[in-house]
Amino acid sequence: MKKFVITMITILLLCAGLGYGSHELTKSTGDSGDKVLNLYNWGDYIDPALLTKFQKETGYHVNVETFDSNEAMYTKIKQGGTSYDLTVPSDYMVQKMKADHMLIPLDKSKLTGMNNYGSAFLNKSFDPNNRYSIPYFWGTLGIIYNDQDVKPGTLTHWNQLWNPKYKDGIMLIDSARDIMGFSLISLNKSVNTTNSADLLAARNKLFQLSPNVKAVVADEIKMYMAEGEAPVAVDWSGEASEMMSQNSHLHYVVPTEGSNMWFDNLVIPKTAKHFKAIYAFLNFMNQPKNAAQNAAYIGYSTPNNQALKLLPKSVRDDQQFYPPQTVLKRLQVYSNLSPEKVQEYNDLYLEFKMHH
Amino acid sequence: MAMKKSYKGLFYAPYLLWLALFVIAPVALIIYYSFFDIHHQFTLRNYQDFFESGTYLTMTANSVLYAFLITLISILISYPMALVISRLQHRNLWILLVILPTWINLLLKAYAFIGLLSRDGLVNSLFSFFGIPAQQMLFTDTSFILVAAYIQIPFMILPIYNSLTDISDSYLRASSDLGATKWQTLTKIIIPMTMPGIKSGIQIVFIPSLSLFMLSRLIGGNKIITLGTAVEEHFLTTMNWGMGSTIGVVLIVSMVVVMLFTSTKRKGRRA
Repeated sequence: MKKFVITMITILLLCAGLGYGSHELTKSTGDSGDKVLNLYNWGDYIDPALLTKFQKETGYHVNVETFDSNEAMYTKIKQGGTSYDLTVPSDYMVQKMKADHMLIPLDKSKLTGMNNYGSAFLNKSFDPNNRYSIPYFWGTLGIIYNDQDVKPGTLTHWNQLWNPKYKDGIMLIDSARDIMGFSLISLNKSVNTTNSADLLAARNKLFQLSPNVKAVVADEIKMYMAEGEAPVAVDWSGEASEMMSQNSHLHYVVPTEGSNMWFDNLVIPKTAKHFKAIYAFLNFMNQPKNAAQNAAYIGYSTPNNQALKLLPKSVRDDQQFYPPQTVLKRLQVYSNLSPEKVQEYNDLYLEFKMHH
Repeated sequence: MAMKKSYKGLFYAPYLLWLALFVIAPVALIIYYSFFDIHHQFTLRNYQDFFESGTYLTMTANSVLYAFLITLISILISYPMALVISRLQHRNLWILLVILPTWINLLLKAYAFIGLLSRDGLVNSLFSFFGIPAQQMLFTDTSFILVAAYIQIPFMILPIYNSLTDISDSYLRASSDLGATKWQTLTKIIIPMTMPGIKSGIQIVFIPSLSLFMLSRLIGGNKIITLGTAVEEHFLTTMNWGMGSTIGVVLIVSMVVVMLFTSTKRKGRRA
């Protein structure tokens, strides 16, 4: 007993000592004071080298805190007690935060380099004229296949997923909006439909997909696909690029009849305090060479067209991640739905998951 | 006298505070939230929805069925194992080995099983060594139940083991002296005397098994949907905390029911 108590006290003291040490360290790099910027970002979603570079150029130290879902980020900011200067919501969440008066409009006179962005990525329905948001990365929802099981070029449409030859062979990303979304597209409906009959039809169509569905998983889908556990998966382009870097047999395709196009955007939440640092950072990220470095590190598609020109030709011409205009035109962005409709999408999706 | 009493109350204070903060307050909050809809209006709608919707009732039935199977399998494996260990010479070492896996994080254990059960995993390599064709093992009901049972077994073995070691040898000797066979000793003496251990094992294993949402996703591939999955969805995706809390209340009530069914009647035994 005595030994146990001594061990426990030693561990606690060690932790306290280490905690104090790390506190001192962060203090000496300028955690406190005015020369900071508090960035609330997705996990591993910015090149750390850029943060050091930013501090060298401007003197502002960036504190990064991370979240793993739009909803978690929303709840934390809404509950208060935080002092985030910038955060990175996806499209529909920008709309929701805007509607809930949680965002501060951008002061365009303080921004430089906005003309670096491609017109296809600005002025989207979730934020007309980009009053509140600057696109950070964008991507699509699509199909990943393993060329050892699926002949390249044969799988290009959502409807082909229902083919019995993929029996027990498809992994789906666990996301109500996306799975209901591709079912709706395969029925030629909008991914933002609020028509209950359309939603029911989409669910019924998903019921028929059940025999082909091997599993409905989240982040693990990357590991499973990289290890060749399933021949086909439905996932986001960003996740696809990570899988493909681990397994060269994997390919990504955006169905030509259309798909979802998503945006992650930099916005200023109401909790912001360090406005000089905010605009310094936004302008820093607008610079083509910085945006290009970030895109090379993250592997997602950059909306900054000048940055794209700086990326290698193999990246620029990769139709998997920079689809041609004809496909780009058919992509739909999610808009924010009322809580009742979100519930309806999720309930129907849950019924699909329970269907055998 | 009065002095002494208030002094005594002081000793109770930390425990009462603990109970109030970490037991009563969370349960009260869950019950409170379960009466509100997404627009923060007071309503009984959540309960009505729960008991009218085929989805939630199927899900409840699924949860109970799987939790029952997991508990049953853990008992079937744990009881003989506890019996054997309690007879061994170095039984403390053996029971330590049984507890050892509980020191490892649940998520790590789940990922270890993914490595074992996947298409090119260890089990399939072993199968192919004996000429058995590769099997799909991940994302099946069987593997979900087995992995869940594996994780729960230590919690089942411990109380059974403790109640086994509590049995005095004189009972067993008396039973064999009076002519009982080994089987009769087991069924008439040992099992009835270890009933409290089995019951507390069931209490510890059954309730968490009702909502193993992480395992049902990682190992079951979300083909097995339990109430835990729905709670996660309501709190994280749809932000319908009211409905999530309602399911929480249903889980708490079912826990109370299980406790009532498996409670040991102390008075009768001690008398």
